[in-house]
Amino acid sequence: MSSEIRKIIAEHAHLSVDVDSLADDANLYQAGMTSHASVNLMLALEDAFDIEFPDSMLTRSVFESVAAIEAALTQLQAAAA
Amino acid sequence: MSVAVEADQAFLDAIRRIADEAAAPNADSVDREARFPVEAVDALRAERALSALIPTELGGGGISFEAVAQACFELGRRCGASAMVFAMHQIQVATIVRHLDGSDWFEGYLRSVADEQRLIASVTSEVGTGGDMARSIAAVEPNGDGLGRFEKQAPTVSYGHHADDLLTTLRRSPDAEPGDQVCVLTSRDQHALEPTGTWDPLGMRGTCSPGNVVRAEFPLEQVLSAPFAQQMNESMVPISHVLWSQLWLGIATDAFDRARAFVRAAAKRTPGETPPSAIRLSELMSELSLLRAEVATGLRDFCDVPEDDRARLSEMKTILRFNNLKIAASEQAPRVCQKAMAVCGIVGFKNDTPFSVGRHLRDTMSACLMVANERIHKTDATLLLIAKDV
Repeated sequence: MSSEIRKIIAEHAHLSVDVDSLADDANLYQAGMTSHASVNLMLALEDAFDIEFPDSMLTRSVFESVAAIEAALTQLQAAAA
Repeated sequence: MSVAVEADQAFLDAIRRIADEAAAPNADSVDREARFPVEAVDALRAERALSALIPTELGGGGISFEAVAQACFELGRRCGASAMVFAMHQIQVATIVRHLDGSDWFEGYLRSVADEQRLIASVTSEVGTGGDMARSIAAVEPNGDGLGRFEKQAPTVSYGHHADDLLTTLRRSPDAEPGDQVCVLTSRDQHALEPTGTWDPLGMRGTCSPGNVVRAEFPLEQVLSAPFAQQMNESMVPISHVLWSQLWLGIATDAFDRARAFVRAAAKRTPGETPPSAIRLSELMSELSLLRAEVATGLRDFCDVPEDDRARLSEMKTILRFNNLKIAASEQAPRVCQKAMAVCGIVGFKNDTPFSVGRHLRDTMSACLMVANERIHKTDATLLLIAKDV
């Protein structure tokens, strides 16, 4: 899942560095992701994984790293299963 | 009655007295001369109102947020500029109280705010960021020996020259991204303000908010290290919108009161007849009640978020909620003032009658500009793409 998340981040987060140079727990906002870009990232994740983030998950911290995004997606997929 | 409720009531009694005795008599000269409302701020200091939101264990008043919001309303009824200075100071205090994260230096600082009734101004806007508070250009630059320095070009610094301390947003370090921000607190002997413009605006003239270059050198412990994005979402933005909307409501309420006084005076001149202006007053009241409803629910929605669940304020639906409070109140307050002027006619338009509402109208016209509504709409438009149950 991590590699697919990284691919979507590379396309939508507009980081100032290559996402592959970042650790799973590196902060994406500190790597240059703006609030606006984060919304595009969320939309792309919803589309790619066929899920919807509930309002309670639509906060900065849920999308702050590859690991945080993976945890959120895993949680949503488990709930749907 | 509980001790806390009694403290809130005593605080509000003092605020109403200050509003009547120090803010109201000087409101016109503060406005005409675009001067700092020194009488009201001195009176607030004397009542220890500048530390109202600081917990009692740090020497503050331990006053509730609701009471401080009500105080913004009461001051707004008498002098919009005094209310705005008070509100802005409380926004800085609340942000520090909520995000000091156990910092010894900031705890000690809050004690000194209480002891010395220090006034805090903020330097959040910056030339070159297009009005986006969530980005900075200037950075905390390490200066050796645990010191840092910065130089920031600020298009407006409200009452900066009258404040004891400045809370400035900056990039965390010279190589940090624009959105990776922190707040730095500097005192008057650590910073210098170089004015870059004049201050002769349409309204809110007493806030004395010209542009400045701000330069400072300070010990690095004065950096409030929690990410500013978090401070902004959980505190600074919603608290600003709640307190500003309260004082705009206060200004609009006084405009309504003046219109009502005008209609009553007309009715007394023609006993038995309802003056034509009475109908317009009734229409005005329905406009005011819309503003009241939004401002009241905004405050309640903020206070409904428990202290231990502040993260909820970072949820997009909550951000949208408080952005809409700002947009709605900033548009409705000047509408009420303009309709009050229509009720009063020429005596409302003139600046020197008991029914003058020109200052009210001009002061509330600043509301849609301080953090431009257009920018807020742009943010909301993005959030609405993803938020669900708004």
